[in-house]
Amino acid sequence: MSLDLIKRQYRTLATISGPLIFVDRMTRGSLGEMCVVDLPEGEQRTGQILQLMGERAVIQVLEGTSGIDSDESSVLPTGETARVGVSMDLFGRVLNGFGEPIDGLPPIVPDEYKDINGLPMNPAAREKPDFFVQTGISAIDGLNTLVRGQKLPIFSGAGLPAKELALQIVRQARVAEAEEFAVILGAMGITSRESFFFRRSLEEAGALERTIAFINQVNDPTIERLFTPRIALTVAEYLAFERGFHVMVVLTDMTSYCESLREIGSAREEIPGRRSYPGYMYTDLATLYERAGRLKGGKGSVTLMPILTMPDDDITHPIPDLTGYITEGQIVLSRALHRKGIYPPIDVLPCLSRLMNLGIGKGKTRDGHRTIADQLYSAYARGIDVRRLVTIVGEEGLSDLDRRYLAFSDDFERRFVGQGWEDRSIDDTLDLGLELLKAVPEREAVARRR
Amino acid sequence: MKETRGKIYGVAGPTVMVKGMTGAIMNTVCLVGRHGLLGEIIRIKDDMATLQVYEDTVGISVGEDVISYGDPLSETLGPGLLAGLFDGIQRPLDKIRVAAGGFLTRGVKVEALDIDRIWDFTPVRKKGDTVSPGDILGTIEETERITHRVMVPPGLGGVIKEIKSGKVSGAEYICMLEKGQFIELYQEWPVRRPRPFKAKLPPEEPFITGQRVFDTLLPVAEGGTAIVPGGFGTGKTVVEQTIAKFSRSDIVVYVGCGERGNEMSEILSDFPKLKDPTSGLPLSLRTVIVVNTSNMPVAAREASIFTGITIAEYFRDMGYSVAMLADSISRWAEALREISSRLEEMPGEEGFPPYLATQLGMFYERSGKVMCLGSEERTGSVTVISAVSPPGGDFSEPVTQASLRFAGTLWALDPDLAYRRHFPAVNWLASFSLFQAELDDWFGREVAEDMVRLRNRLYSLLQRQTELKDIIQIIGVEALQESDRLTLEAANLATEAFLKQSAFSEIDAFNTYEKQYWMLKAIFAYLESAGEALERGVFIETILESPVKWKLARMKDEPNEGFSTKARALIGEVVSEFSMLEEK
Repeated sequence: MSLDLIKRQYRTLATISGPLIFVDRMTRGSLGEMCVVDLPEGEQRTGQILQLMGERAVIQVLEGTSGIDSDESSVLPTGETARVGVSMDLFGRVLNGFGEPIDGLPPIVPDEYKDINGLPMNPAAREKPDFFVQTGISAIDGLNTLVRGQKLPIFSGAGLPAKELALQIVRQARVAEAEEFAVILGAMGITSRESFFFRRSLEEAGALERTIAFINQVNDPTIERLFTPRIALTVAEYLAFERGFHVMVVLTDMTSYCESLREIGSAREEIPGRRSYPGYMYTDLATLYERAGRLKGGKGSVTLMPILTMPDDDITHPIPDLTGYITEGQIVLSRALHRKGIYPPIDVLPCLSRLMNLGIGKGKTRDGHRTIADQLYSAYARGIDVRRLVTIVGEEGLSDLDRRYLAFSDDFERRFVGQGWEDRSIDDTLDLGLELLKAVPEREAVARRR
Repeated sequence: MKETRGKIYGVAGPTVMVKGMTGAIMNTVCLVGRHGLLGEIIRIKDDMATLQVYEDTVGISVGEDVISYGDPLSETLGPGLLAGLFDGIQRPLDKIRVAAGGFLTRGVKVEALDIDRIWDFTPVRKKGDTVSPGDILGTIEETERITHRVMVPPGLGGVIKEIKSGKVSGAEYICMLEKGQFIELYQEWPVRRPRPFKAKLPPEEPFITGQRVFDTLLPVAEGGTAIVPGGFGTGKTVVEQTIAKFSRSDIVVYVGCGERGNEMSEILSDFPKLKDPTSGLPLSLRTVIVVNTSNMPVAAREASIFTGITIAEYFRDMGYSVAMLADSISRWAEALREISSRLEEMPGEEGFPPYLATQLGMFYERSGKVMCLGSEERTGSVTVISAVSPPGGDFSEPVTQASLRFAGTLWALDPDLAYRRHFPAVNWLASFSLFQAELDDWFGREVAEDMVRLRNRLYSLLQRQTELKDIIQIIGVEALQESDRLTLEAANLATEAFLKQSAFSEIDAFNTYEKQYWMLKAIFAYLESAGEALERGVFIETILESPVKWKLARMKDEPNEGFSTKARALIGEVVSEFSMLEEK
């Protein structure tokens, strides 16, 4: 490459701050370009240009700046943006958050390299997502149906079984989706215990040969977390749109990702937004989440299931809030249900699947699915109201009808939501829903139809 | 125009700083770097110009060339807009797809409108006529639904020397004036400048949405503005889409500003199939879509609402009523904030720039009903309905608050209603319509004499419902007075049968004013007849169990046509049912 002839090393490090270095008189280099940072003892690190101002470049160093000096360390722009090698050989492999193998197996020979930022899908080229994915979970299939190409996050709280649920979905959806199914796990800032759990569960599910795992552990470099989901999604797009796979991408934990984003933002001395997260976090998250979808004329799909931990179970915290504004609904876990021993502890009232109507009905799930879902919602919401009422006026103040709704909501939580590890078909889910609805007055149910 | 050239000095996110730009003009467009990316000058300091770039800036280096020809950011207006799909700076996305495939690559150059397309032009003016700006020169059947009126652009006028007839294309002129000026089929207009009109007219007619809670309780006037704030999942987008589908406007401009790609794909695939309720023709034939999804460049997102409203004004000028739907204005404000913070401007509240409200006002004030430019008498209107996405669903944030100042109608969405799948999830007590007084005359004249009275009764009934619910929280329902239990029952009926409306049911999705009026009549007939029975001494339990309630609850499933006859019969049934109930 002719570019190599004019490559220049810069020894003009002016400032080192947090994960950033500021390099002066850097006449070459473009926004987003990757650089090699040479340390005095011969160690090499990877940097990326974040900003250019005159001849001063701001570079984030993936592995951190510890050990870098302003005297001898040097920076060499590579002329390339961040890319990842893609190949079918990635299946079954475990890689770090930057796409390097960590499973002790030989390196992967990529078919080609792809820019990890991808490109926005042309809205005119998007295919409407309308293919029902059976997850085997009643609260999802029946009430908040997932479709191929959707982005549906799980809003969890510390200590709630979000990862278990995600893996159950992956395992059960795999059965329904059969052959062209692939799973990509992008883990950011997870503990080694969680890392073991994921690997073991995927292995037990027999899904490992269809899985690619990118794992950034909590003790790995923070900046790497900003790359992990992008790499995972780039590989997913390759498998979906060039190889025809139906790819389910699980990203966990988006809260760690956002914290890294905040760290970089404050190191760059940017004006902070809500709770000190950067003002561009919505746009940044959108460039990840919006990569889910289907392409007109293409065979595959990217379905995205990000997991995030709501700090202090607060759904209005910027991370769940901005996520909910971008994704097509959300599955919300509840501490109260978890304490009651209900698994999966899905609190259906704040849950939503915006694409549900596209994936249900005659020929997809069953005629009348919408009506059953609406009636269950309405009856459960009323039951919850009554439950609140009981705490104030006591059971005596209730009308007969109210008591029936109260009983319904208990049944609904225990049997419909709390299915445990059962893999329930959509027919079983809807039949169970109908059976539960018998307990509430039928005439009311009819009135609720619209 | 003046040409200025400079060199890139710095790059930060979507902004680029350029040195050597002495003499450059504010808000003019530039071609940036070796890819020739489009940018707009948003600040000038000495010889340094700061640009917002409408495409991804990754890969740009210091020292690359920038050139400005001194033109403001403009768009092309003319036949071919309808059924079109454009990005935030009016690039045609379907043509880009043909040129570049499924993903948006940078630097693709495609004309906004197809310049070679042949149109059939029927002149209404002839040689020797004197024309002034806004005058209609002739017409083109742009789609089966809409006749495109080709107008004299603002700033031109005189005696016609030559006017074409029959087949014309955008590449040639259609009219030559004696002064030697040419009028072309397409005109350019700067997106940030409102298009001129003769006079603004006061609001006196409602903008008909077909949604009961909006049309009856919280109307917006034609040419007015309504804002729809709500946390995620409260149904803002469904409200916007429902209005796009069913509103009685001639033209719909839908701006997907920083929202989801999959939602847009739904619109794109549904609108050609769905029928416009007025004409029975596909909806897409009256619709222009501008879309800049959340992952597309942020500066183009900022421009998208101006691109949208300029198109809306252009059709308004032809004498059409236009609905401009912006989903969501908060994403636009965030784009503004993102760029402002890159400029290192002093932040205002929540990091938004202090000029947020000014800019928002400039956008909202482009709505209105106007006497159009031109010697013919014609009126046109732009009604703006914009979704607002307040962080955490908290309406005290700056974008909602600033929007409230300019909006005539507030449709506040409530997560509690959305959770129980009550849609549209409009909190009727927290919302308002400032147009009510202005529209009362119209209601009395066009709907029914007692429509205003019925609406006011509905308001008090709903207010009472809230109070009673509070009381129940303390003492339980059994402890209520009997008349209050009846009031509560009627209020719940109004909530379920009237306010709740399914956007997805064929019959329920659009209701005429006539149907809305008769539904209200029936609900109050229930309250009155049941009240009389209670006075007479019938047990409250007997009244509450009367099955006629279920018939009322289902009346929304009756079609608009012939509804009044059915409603009259139903009211008769209600009256006789309660008069027959036996006393205790």
